[in-house]
Amino acid sequence: MRWFWIDRFIEFESGSFAKAVKNVSLSEEHMHDHFPGFSVMPGSLMIEGMAQTGGILLGEKNDFKYAVILAKVPKMTFLSWATPGDSLVYTARLLDARDEGGTVECTAHVGDRLVAEGEIVFAHLDPSDPTLGAIDQKNFVFSMNLLGILEVGKAGDGAEKL
Amino acid sequence: MPTQDEIFKVVQETLEEALGVDDDEVTMDATLQGDLGAESIDFLDILFRLEKGFDIKIPRGELFPENLASADSSFVQDGKVTESGIAQLREKMPHADVDKLAEDPAVENIADLFTVRMMVNFLDQKLNG
Repeated sequence: MRWFWIDRFIEFESGSFAKAVKNVSLSEEHMHDHFPGFSVMPGSLMIEGMAQTGGILLGEKNDFKYAVILAKVPKMTFLSWATPGDSLVYTARLLDARDEGGTVECTAHVGDRLVAEGEIVFAHLDPSDPTLGAIDQKNFVFSMNLLGILEVGKAGDGAEKL
Repeated sequence: MPTQDEIFKVVQETLEEALGVDDDEVTMDATLQGDLGAESIDFLDILFRLEKGFDIKIPRGELFPENLASADSSFVQDGKVTESGIAQLREKMPHADVDKLAEDPAVENIADLFTVRMMVNFLDQKLNG
């Protein structure tokens, strides 16, 4: 599997907010361990999805010139479950963006129902920073793979135009 | 023009939010790292919340100077901050209690300069001139 915890961006206003969808599927490996007989989307992976949504929002504001790292989750509250078949919509709103990093406020909804809400703080690393060498670049947020998410859905739906 | 008490209240709330501590832990003499468990990433969070709370801009390095003891070799010698180091600290952090550090200038004590009182003093200066 690949470390994508969002499937597609449905709204993207540069420097302001972004919404992304994560469809929860019974075929995902972790759903059968979490928990056996009672599948719910793990909170930690929802945080990762919100972080990917917010991280790309922050990164795009600076034309992806910095590596954006999830640094701190000051607050996160979970209010309801997301189960297989649910479409989670993550909304990230940029509260602060500066050279050293930024902060987003984020929510997760299934339809109108609030699933989670909180804040995530990101730190910027300059790609030429020697400490970056220690990170496996293949899995890293701004490798070509995760940035591909911004392109999902842009090719239309393949239906014949009448 | 907020009073010291009003400034302290906002700083207290900020630290409760950023560090997850209770209000009775946030006293004027509490040290950010020692007493309140702050880490380097928390300083970024605290800075952002203070700017929002007081509607001001705090230039990088003004409240929390970076790289205090690292590059300059005249700053520290034999595990102690030198006279020149103390002087530099007085210049960079006029809002901190550098006299207290001068009494026991061990390198480990630099972190103790970062107290709640230091933050209140800094903000008082910044807001009331």
